Amino acid sequence: MITVESLTRRYGATAVVDDVSLDIERNSITAIVGTSGSGKSTLVRMINRLVEPSSGRVLIDGKDTRSEPAHLLRRRIGYVIQGNGLFPHRTVAQNIATVPRLLKWDARRIAGRVRELLEVFQLDPARYAEAFPHQLSGGQQQRVGVARALAAEPVVLLMDEPFGALDPIIRDKAQEDLLAIQRRFGTTIVLVTHDMEEAFRLADHVAVMSAGKVLQYDRPAVLLTRPADPFVARLTGLADRAMRLLSLVTAGEAALPGAAEGPTLAASLSLREALSQLLWCGAQSARVVDEDGAVRGQLTVAAILARGRP
Amino acid sequence: MTVRALSGARPLGSGVPRVDPLGAVLVAAGAAALFLLPFVVFKANRIVPGEARALSEVLPAWAALGCDAALSLAAVAALWMSDARLRLAFALLGVVGVALAAAAAGNVLTPPGNVVVRIAPGGAFWALMVCLALLATDAATRLRPGPGLRVLFLGATLAVAWLALRHGTFDHLSVMREYAVNSVRFARELRQHLKLAFGSLGAALLVGLPLGVLCHRVPRLSRGILGTLNVIQTIPAIALFGILMAPLGALAAAVPLADRLGIRGIGAAPAVVALFLYSLLPIVANTVAGLKRVSRAAVEAAHGMGMTDWQVLTGVELLLALPVILTGIRVVLVQNIGMVTVAALIGGGGLGAFVFQGIGQTAIDLVLLGAIPIVVLAFTAALALDALVEGLDRVKAQSP
Repeated sequence: MITVESLTRRYGATAVVDDVSLDIERNSITAIVGTSGSGKSTLVRMINRLVEPSSGRVLIDGKDTRSEPAHLLRRRIGYVIQGNGLFPHRTVAQNIATVPRLLKWDARRIAGRVRELLEVFQLDPARYAEAFPHQLSGGQQQRVGVARALAAEPVVLLMDEPFGALDPIIRDKAQEDLLAIQRRFGTTIVLVTHDMEEAFRLADHVAVMSAGKVLQYDRPAVLLTRPADPFVARLTGLADRAMRLLSLVTAGEAALPGAAEGPTLAASLSLREALSQLLWCGAQSARVVDEDGAVRGQLTVAAILARGRP
Repeated sequence: MTVRALSGARPLGSGVPRVDPLGAVLVAAGAAALFLLPFVVFKANRIVPGEARALSEVLPAWAALGCDAALSLAAVAALWMSDARLRLAFALLGVVGVALAAAAAGNVLTPPGNVVVRIAPGGAFWALMVCLALLATDAATRLRPGPGLRVLFLGATLAVAWLALRHGTFDHLSVMREYAVNSVRFARELRQHLKLAFGSLGAALLVGLPLGVLCHRVPRLSRGILGTLNVIQTIPAIALFGILMAPLGALAAAVPLADRLGIRGIGAAPAVVALFLYSLLPIVANTVAGLKRVSRAAVEAAHGMGMTDWQVLTGVELLLALPVILTGIRVVLVQNIGMVTVAALIGGGGLGAFVFQGIGQTAIDLVLLGAIPIVVLAFTAALALDALVEGLDRVKAQSP
């Protein structure tokens, strides 16, 4: 749905983004990872033309992004940045209503959408709609930032280190929420992060960038099992990669038929978490059950370990 | 002394009230002035030196007693009362007492039908007024009133003063005598004064705001522009008027239209231009400082959501910088109201005309006729804009 074609951005002689081409699938989450200065932010900012490319082009649904004025393009693309960038002089409701107002939606439609988003993000409208951003906690501000980006029902959501300023517990919740939101609205999300854990947890595809180039663009499991070069291997975590690989598969997916002895594991747990639990109780096998309690099958330590190899 | 001696022996506050240090200084100063300086000065006409008169000499016994009582209460409040509301109330009572005593002295000392004598408030009057005003200001500060309350108080004070003046309470005092003679001209010069002060502020806003935005956007220009404005600020007002006379005079000579519009080497034009130039630095510098304070993330998000440059500037950046910009406007307005006074020297008019005419004629009352309204205007502008800035900051911090 988003096609990036030989995109390059030069500042003077240095190419911050150097001839990058990507195809981003509809309804997927794509993470762009890399060290700082690798050009990942610039790449994303070229999609909504906050940075104009030196050469190359971006197509959204086959349409060149330069075929309309930049500010009109941006109203169709959600944008979330680190530190949320909420307007301190406007209420939460006014902040969320920013893009719908730019698009001149009628007042009733705006009010309805604001209400819906507040509820989706677990912010009681009666309590928070008229509050000012500084009256909210960091996690709440971050949610309002995402709600604001989603207000005008954009097909694409760009997120530039959206969870960077949050503490680990709130970040965990924010990531969970983002997955739920993505399932609910089917938005195509492009996420910049330097946190590999985050990328692996959220993304369907990961692009690894270094010095302006995309070194590898693939599914997370492929990145781990067949890294394109030593840098990718190092970035994805050489020492940790078996555990990372386990974290990409759920217990439900890995469960084998047959009844088993031992403790009960939720099907939604990752194999990494499942292994941890088995180690903790010293068991060799466990029963995997669904949310509604139905037994999915059995899972043995040996089966889990087998999944941790390429 | 007693208090000190006792305070060592037992805890304070047990029956022996502590003496307020500021109150002690003010009471001492006020009392000294009252005994050493004349309360009013009687002059046979506006130019001759006057004869000093004490309060007790000129007032009927009951009036002198009333004024003394008001002053005594204010002194007691200043020395021993810790409740700021009582301190404020008694200070204001003192102000009213002193003002009415002066007015009464004027009425008593002026022979019926005589418009030549001048009864001028003397040193004791002014010293007492200053002490009481300081006492009142101190008390008001301790109360920490909100911006709305401050404006209300300012309005009420001005209204009371206005009513007293309209009613003719002070008509026999020298300044009001000068007003009676000059009332038509006073209205004209007051209008001119305000026109010059606000006109140059308006022009400075029209030029200074865009210039400030430019400095913010193009940091390379910032140093040059602010440096130039800084240099202008250091030129004394009179010198700047002088510098402007030659080019504006030449312009008037060369372009008849300019001359007909009143743009000449002397008069209002050089005054407005000079004030405009002085006003630019605070406006530009505060606009830059205000814009710098705006959260970068908010501006970035605004662009990212598809606001146009103009929408980001007016809807986010300038709006968030407004309190700082208003602080600059306050500086400029107070500065202009004061500096317009000097414009009278080059024929620009304004209340300064009375000041300089009075100095020329050694008629201090005429000087006061110009100076007092200038002080009141500057004070009012400062208070009103301070309240506005604070009010804006509060709106932002308000709970729903």
